[in-house]
Amino acid sequence: MDIAFLIEKLIIVTVLFTLTLTIAAYSTWAERKVAAWLQDRVGPNRAGIFGLLQPLADGGKMFFKEEIIPSGSNKWLFIAGPSLALLVSFLGTAVIPFGQNIEIFGRIVPLQVTDINVGILYIFGVVSLGVYGIMIGGWASNNKYSLMGAIRGASQNISYEIAMGLSIIALLLVTNSLSFKEIAEQQHGWHWNIIYQPLGFIIFLVCAFAETNRMPFDLPECETELIGGYNTEYSAFKMGAYMFAEYINMFVSSAVMATLYFGGYNYPGMDAVNTLLGPTWGPLIGVAVMFLKIIAFIFFFMWVRWTVPRFRYDQLMDLGWKVLIPLAIANIVITAIVITVVDKL
Amino acid sequence: MESLSGRKKVLEQKPMNFMERMYLPAIFKGMAITFMHMFRKKETIHYPEQEREFSENWRGMHSLKRDENGKERCTACGLCALSCPAEAITMISAEREKGEEHLYREEKYAAVYEINMLRCIFCGLCEEACPKEAIYLDGPIVPADYLRKDFIYGKDKLVEMPINELEALKGAIV
Repeated sequence: MDIAFLIEKLIIVTVLFTLTLTIAAYSTWAERKVAAWLQDRVGPNRAGIFGLLQPLADGGKMFFKEEIIPSGSNKWLFIAGPSLALLVSFLGTAVIPFGQNIEIFGRIVPLQVTDINVGILYIFGVVSLGVYGIMIGGWASNNKYSLMGAIRGASQNISYEIAMGLSIIALLLVTNSLSFKEIAEQQHGWHWNIIYQPLGFIIFLVCAFAETNRMPFDLPECETELIGGYNTEYSAFKMGAYMFAEYINMFVSSAVMATLYFGGYNYPGMDAVNTLLGPTWGPLIGVAVMFLKIIAFIFFFMWVRWTVPRFRYDQLMDLGWKVLIPLAIANIVITAIVITVVDKL
Repeated sequence: MESLSGRKKVLEQKPMNFMERMYLPAIFKGMAITFMHMFRKKETIHYPEQEREFSENWRGMHSLKRDENGKERCTACGLCALSCPAEAITMISAEREKGEEHLYREEKYAAVYEINMLRCIFCGLCEEACPKEAIYLDGPIVPADYLRKDFIYGKDKLVEMPINELEALKGAIV
């Protein structure tokens, strides 16, 4: 535990934190741009060139609005709800490897905050905590619509976590590891897990949409039925915190999907690039590839949002319990059989 | 019942099969459609810089007209205010003094003429009611503003520019 190690981790944490915030802020801009493009419109273009200062304007607006705490609410929990949602969404980025080990001033630096050997379990734990932010906020508002939204959020997350977990089990049969770093290293070059687990990926993707409360599964904040859902009573920055948490969740789940199924920072021909550019600049290309994948996933999230209408609540539950869970179990069985047969041959 | 138009279609409601219950094929089809829309021509008109083409009978901001000698046509008869269904127009009339003949066409003129643009519904009845052809709704879109009082347009904004000034302005631009 030398001082250089502490500085190194501090820098990584700071950079990651800033990056997450920036990406989340610009996701709001990108969301509006993508929505506009898909609907033959132009989107925000007044604040700065291409409307790039729009997140700043929105953030400023959020700060200067009136903070309303309903008199019938539980004040402490009302504030705790969005804080928890935001905190938990940040935690997920800690275990994601953003690049190969990089050599700076003769030190080997892993581009990851921490490589715990149960990284996937950690992510699952943290993502499950995310629902508490919604639950607490919805309940503390003392509003029937908020409560309904919170209940929906909770039941939806629980249902889809099962299918998500099952789809991950099939992946673990292939990778034999729970550590993100190890899983990423195994996918060196073009050996991405999507080739071995296409069905698992689709199940995971659908569940990720449900876990992040995005369209078509955004029933907790369904405007037509529940006014605003769990965040009906929220205003100003507490509302902003919920929105931010949603976008950070999107970033984290994009990063998780990119790492688990799409090779993370690996890309075909990476060895040649690494020998060409050396141990400092080579891995940075990998980081760029990783972020490219994450941005592609974020675009995909938005693309789906502006295409697919919201599911009805019973359809949502049907899809989760009657389609995704049987599919995930079938996926596990098939994967297990194939692995056994291939090993015996 | 027999269909009268012959276009009645009876919807079959079969239970969905497994592929349909997964929703994925239909979703991919929809996503392909929305993706193609990214490359379509954008319908947006960038308003302050670009303006949409107006039809010939477009009714915009009012203007109070002058005659060929540059005299104000309005004689403050009040028919426009009377005809206005939104009661947006008010005026105070005054008698033309000696030496003002070059300004006003008739012996009576509108000393104050105000239109409340927040009340106005741009129906064009004032234009129809005017016996002197003094008011026309041939202007641009009424611009946005911050205060209610700024939407009450007086003669300074409504009266047409005198012809010689207009010519001078045109000369300056050219």
